[in-house]
Amino acid sequence: MFIVNHRKIFIGISGLLVALAIFSMSYFGLNFGIDFVGGSLLEIKYENERPSPVDLQSIIESVGIGSSLIQPVGELGYSIKVRDITDAEKNSLLVALGQEVEEVGFNSVGPSVGAELVKKSIISFILVALGIILWVAYSFRKVSKPVSSWKYGITAILALVHDVTITAGVFAVLSHFMHTDIDTLFVVAILTVLGLSVSDTIVMFDRIRENVRNKQSKTFEENVGESIIQTYPRSLLTSITTILVLISLIIFGPASTKILAITLTVGMVIGTYSSIFLASPLLVIFKNLQKK
Amino acid sequence: MLKTRIKALLIVLLGVGLGFFVYYSEINKDNPEPSSNKVVNFISRFPFKLGLDLSGGSHLVYKADLSNVEKAEVSNSMNSLRDIIERRVNIFGVAEPMIQVQEGSFTNNYEERLIVDLPGVTDVSEAIKMIGQTPMLDFRTEVPKEETGEEVEGEEAEAEKLTYKVNEAGQLVPDYDSLFQLTDLTGRFLDKAVLNFDQTTGEAMVSLQFDKEGADLFKQMTTENVGKTIAIFLDGYPISIPVVNEAIPDGQAIISGNFTPKEAKELVDRLNSGALPVPISLVSTQTIGASLGDEATQAGVFAALVGFLAVAIFFILWFRLPGVIAVLALSIYTLVMLSIFKLVPVVLTATGIAGFIISIGMAVDANVLIFERIKEELREDKEDLATSIRNGFKRAWLSVRDSNISTIITSIILYSFGTTLIKSFALVLLIGVVTSLISAVLVSRLFLYSLNFKRRSKFTEFMFGSGFTNAKQVIK
Repeated sequence: MFIVNHRKIFIGISGLLVALAIFSMSYFGLNFGIDFVGGSLLEIKYENERPSPVDLQSIIESVGIGSSLIQPVGELGYSIKVRDITDAEKNSLLVALGQEVEEVGFNSVGPSVGAELVKKSIISFILVALGIILWVAYSFRKVSKPVSSWKYGITAILALVHDVTITAGVFAVLSHFMHTDIDTLFVVAILTVLGLSVSDTIVMFDRIRENVRNKQSKTFEENVGESIIQTYPRSLLTSITTILVLISLIIFGPASTKILAITLTVGMVIGTYSSIFLASPLLVIFKNLQKK
Repeated sequence: MLKTRIKALLIVLLGVGLGFFVYYSEINKDNPEPSSNKVVNFISRFPFKLGLDLSGGSHLVYKADLSNVEKAEVSNSMNSLRDIIERRVNIFGVAEPMIQVQEGSFTNNYEERLIVDLPGVTDVSEAIKMIGQTPMLDFRTEVPKEETGEEVEGEEAEAEKLTYKVNEAGQLVPDYDSLFQLTDLTGRFLDKAVLNFDQTTGEAMVSLQFDKEGADLFKQMTTENVGKTIAIFLDGYPISIPVVNEAIPDGQAIISGNFTPKEAKELVDRLNSGALPVPISLVSTQTIGASLGDEATQAGVFAALVGFLAVAIFFILWFRLPGVIAVLALSIYTLVMLSIFKLVPVVLTATGIAGFIISIGMAVDANVLIFERIKEELREDKEDLATSIRNGFKRAWLSVRDSNISTIITSIILYSFGTTLIKSFALVLLIGVVTSLISAVLVSRLFLYSLNFKRRSKFTEFMFGSGFTNAKQVIK
């Protein structure tokens, strides 16, 4: 009951977090990677000793590729981000860099491919959200008293928007200090957070649905409060186990999936918080609005 | 009861069997010597299929310029373009290349694309050069043969004279140069190829129409070669070797042979694409060095192991007996997943491994829901232990199902919209969620039932307790 009674405080905390997330996104900005805006990323490794980034920059400019963004990788490597270059331009750059350099990886994305990915990401996001609203409304179709089934759906979506916004906000801070870009995997992470967050909320709502049906003598608030008490151990346990594997992925996993794992971990934490502290209290508020 | 126990035993045996399958198919994969054991030989044919980011290789995306192609012909042109490039890549000697047409849709402004994956190729410059050529169609005549006195007709003659040479990639290929010589007639002079059917026999035929210059060349060629064969080459490979029956003056040739309509159609497509080349341009390149891929694979496997162990230890400490059972079910789940990866086969990428690791976490979720529910049923103290376990499973099923469906929806949408990396993630997650539902509901339940708990005692009180909760509080 504690959470339902103090629902205004928890909704306030959530509101504050969302505001902070929006602020961090607008303050630090979201760096879109070459996946989205096009460009080339060349990862190289030196045999013995690597030159300073400034020297490297002048070599790159000397072949006529123009400005570059250089970041160290490990002890002997660099990752070089430049405009969308052709295979021939890349080869002349490698020649200019000298014999000591080994090409570890190269990724070049044309602007049309990037634009497509942006569209695809937006469409998948909308489709996932729609699919989830429809599914929640469908699975709660038999519960229309005292709160109609589509309100469960809307509440689930509100919780979801909350989770995604905060996750993106945390990511903006991380990407500012860790110099990472938003790439395809970030979109994957966000969409997976959508799925996981909603599944958590659904388990909670499922219990509310059952309690409302079986214990009609109690008020809606009491039933919601009881449902939270009954389901939070499960929410926490599930999150803990999933976060355990995610942490192992962050620490030991391949470099290419680190950002994915970090974003998912943040999303899991926020998703668990919102299903316990936000979704159910919101449902109570919706019910009270209905009365008036 | 006996039946339940036999079923549980069968599942354990199945798990052991899958374990052997996964283990032996991995340790023998690098062994070039065939083992004396036939079973081991057979299962060695199912290695994990690694994506480009793990095995190293190149990923090229081409845009096709179809502005000169009629709308109805787009799909045909793209398919023949794919066939041609596939042949070129094969000549290059790439093991298991993957070439796909990505149809235009509203997300990419209706650009038709061709995606070329070349595993193991890290020097793309040469590959790019070779792929980028326009399809080459040419007509060749027989190299004048020495008189042998014996006349052998058609394909048999060809087979007898065919010699072989070793190409750049070290493959043995037929040496066509000893059989046919180049002429001036190339695809440049072909107006179009059309699929026809013989009006009396209904046989499929391919008719060719040359332009004026081509008609003259063709006339000269056929006059000189009556009774001999003329070979039609596409990208250096003969696609049809018809025999000339008579001189053809009007630039209209008919190739009839033992075509099935499908074969004839394919030939028409190839001829047309040779005649009407589709220009392509490179829009995206990705090369992953082999060392980067190796590191990623090792890191991914290690992370999966650590993640699995962490979950197993946490589970056994927290849930005690049901925890042990869940870990057993989870092990079988993992083995089933690994076997599916091998048998389907699912192409594994770094994101795929991440999806698998996450699915381990989610497979646990179903078990947690069920065990928490069993504990609640026990707290209510109405029924005996066995009934509580049964009710726990029954009541938890709905929320297990509902919560997993949202992940299923997400992964299906991700799969249908994504690029290769996203697809791999979504597919593994989808297979993982479905498998984990089955594993939690069938396997865990079967194991718990087969232990046949009936009475409540100090022992069962402890075994079904969890976390910091005193067992007494759970089972009053």
